[in-house]
Amino acid sequence: MANLTLVQAINLALVQEMEKDDRVIILGEDVGPNGGVFRVTEGLHKRFGSSRVVDSPLAESGIIGTSIGLAMAGLRPVPEIQFEGFLGPAYDQICSHAARMRTRTRGAFTVPLTIRIPVGGGIHAPELHSDSPEAIYAHTPGLKVVMPSSPYDAKGLLISAIRDPDPVMFFEPKRIYRAFREEVPEDEYTIPIGKARTVCEGDDLTIVSWGASVVQCMQAIEKSGKSIELIDLRTIYPFDMDAIEASVKKTGRCVIVHEAPKTCGFGAEIAARIMEKCFLYLEAPVQRVAGFDTIMPYYKLELEYMPDTARIARAIEDVGAY
Amino acid sequence: MPNATLASNLASHLVKSASVTRTEIPGTTLLKWFYDMALIREFEVRCMQAYQDKKIGGFCHVYIGQEAVAVGCVAALEHRDPIVTAYRDHGHALARGMHPKHCMAEMFGRIGGCAKGKGGSMHMFDKANNLYGGHGIVGAQCPLGAGLAFATKYEDEVIKGGKSDRVTMCFLGDGALNQGALHEAKNLAGLLDLPVIFVVENNGYSMGTAIERGTTMAHKIITKAMGYGMEGIEVDGMDVLNVYASMKDLCDRVRATSRPAFVDMRTYRYKGHSMSDPRKYRGREEEEQYEAEDPIGKLQKFIKDRKVATAAEIETIVDRVKVDVRDAVAWADASPAPGLEELYHDVYVEKWGPYTGTSLPEMLRESGVRSQE
Ligand SMILES: Cc1ncc(C[n+]2csc(CCOP(=O)(O)OP(=O)(O)O)c2C)c(N)n1
Ligand SMILES: [Mg+2]
Repeated sequence: MANLTLVQAINLALVQEMEKDDRVIILGEDVGPNGGVFRVTEGLHKRFGSSRVVDSPLAESGIIGTSIGLAMAGLRPVPEIQFEGFLGPAYDQICSHAARMRTRTRGAFTVPLTIRIPVGGGIHAPELHSDSPEAIYAHTPGLKVVMPSSPYDAKGLLISAIRDPDPVMFFEPKRIYRAFREEVPEDEYTIPIGKARTVCEGDDLTIVSWGASVVQCMQAIEKSGKSIELIDLRTIYPFDMDAIEASVKKTGRCVIVHEAPKTCGFGAEIAARIMEKCFLYLEAPVQRVAGFDTIMPYYKLELEYMPDTARIARAIEDVGAY
Repeated sequence: MPNATLASNLASHLVKSASVTRTEIPGTTLLKWFYDMALIREFEVRCMQAYQDKKIGGFCHVYIGQEAVAVGCVAALEHRDPIVTAYRDHGHALARGMHPKHCMAEMFGRIGGCAKGKGGSMHMFDKANNLYGGHGIVGAQCPLGAGLAFATKYEDEVIKGGKSDRVTMCFLGDGALNQGALHEAKNLAGLLDLPVIFVVENNGYSMGTAIERGTTMAHKIITKAMGYGMEGIEVDGMDVLNVYASMKDLCDRVRATSRPAFVDMRTYRYKGHSMSDPRKYRGREEEEQYEAEDPIGKLQKFIKDRKVATAAEIETIVDRVKVDVRDAVAWADASPAPGLEELYHDVYVEKWGPYTGTSLPEMLRESGVRSQE
């Protein structure tokens, strides 16, 4: 066991998977000797050399397109995109190629690819460096979308993602990259993709969240003094509806919390599913606490834009009192 | 790790001669350039301090070392010529005439900024001065440059029935050489005869990647112009007189022929990529080599040698620069932060956006703001 940050846990997962399987390789801008913008790949170049940790040109379409070619030929590339805002140039490759290759070739070719991307706000970054685009990719059949909220989960989920036979968007909440440490086993372990984690159990209300917002939810729950169940989705797609359903049938009330804009955020899908599955159990309308329907602002306003404990607390009050 | 391409920058094979000779440039112009370059440098130094003091958030990419490029290029243009650039954009904004207080307030994220403090360092827009931004996605401004050139040509020729008379200058870093967007833009510009000049501010690095580690033909990037049928020139960007002379010639040609062009502008950024860059990828000796070539020092020497101004007069300009930047900082500091309601403004044409039934009421409750309409 070691006491690791989320960055270190991801680094450890990469080291272990690369040691175990020489088909695993890394590509990205400055991922080599520099260790990447957030130093997630620190030390890997020294350990595995330039042929397995490839400093790529500044070209996201090229990085992802090349990775898709590598994956189709049987390798397991783990490219890094520096910030979610730079997924734009790579979008075509991700959605037109990676997501569809299995279908298009009727299973003859697959794309075992894991794209690592720091996401979300809270680090005082400028525009195009703080967005939460998980719903866009969850809305793209063929992709899996993962977002850990703790070092332990990050390691186990990344190993699962790398071993997964289909393309995985691995979103890393940059706000909690180094915010806290957690005991992370040295030994390898996996956390299944598609399984949520019940962070704390409760009877009065269910909160569903993911990524850095989970931390805000935990604080709000603690302050509320109420019996609240917190579900950390961990995988946005395919998401663990069984866990949500069981919890909401028990509590009858649900709040969904995410950073992305409210309209068409992934919370909308969850709310609709709850309506389909738990209608007769609901004591109150499902409420969402989310980013506003505007562009993620520059740093002076970002903390007001993102769901904070006060807004979550108000939603807990509202839904509880309904 | 020595940067071979950069070492050759200092060699003398770059374009030095041009039809405008150094002696033709009037003294008042030289002093204006000196003021502008000193202003950019001082502005950036104060930005670095303000960043350390946490007055500036986001990222902060300073232009120190590259001042001769923006000042020389802008001088070679007419005011009506559009400019578009990447994210290392404070220098271009100031050279184009944006008031330092509006530039600094944007850095501070304050309402008085050129983008109402909503963008920050990478968002220098100035419509009155035909500056079309400040863009954060590397390479993505290049097709915009082609589009701006298309528009001026269309307006001049098709709408006004005259001759195309404007040149668009599109700045990019050497890192953008690798982005598909640039290549699409070059092809389009070549195909449609667009009067656009792609100026690569080749400072040898994109973040920690030396140009030859990320780009083919790094020693001769103008080959990347030839393939699109456009003229390419190499310019020593550490000397404002040389930048001006070369670019003035080129602008004249592009204005006359309406053919696109490409410039390998050799320069150097003295500081790190951003404020959190320990610069492990290059040696101190390399930096010193370029510091010895300092464009501001060079111009100052030229001004003295030609007796355009005395040492005391130069001192006066330097003092004025200090005062002007200090005033800009004070003004920015006094400007309020944008209110939460600003998030909803300028997203759509409707002041509050077409948001009925979504998160607007919640936002208003949060901020205690009521729509005035
Ligand atoms: C599409 C995209 N990818 C990555 C980045 C992150 N990034 C910002 S600046 C930069 C380096 C750019 O280098 P260059 O174009 O040479 O400009 P310079 O910093 O030298 O001015 C990178 C990789 C980005 N902003 N946009
Ligand atoms: Mg560069």
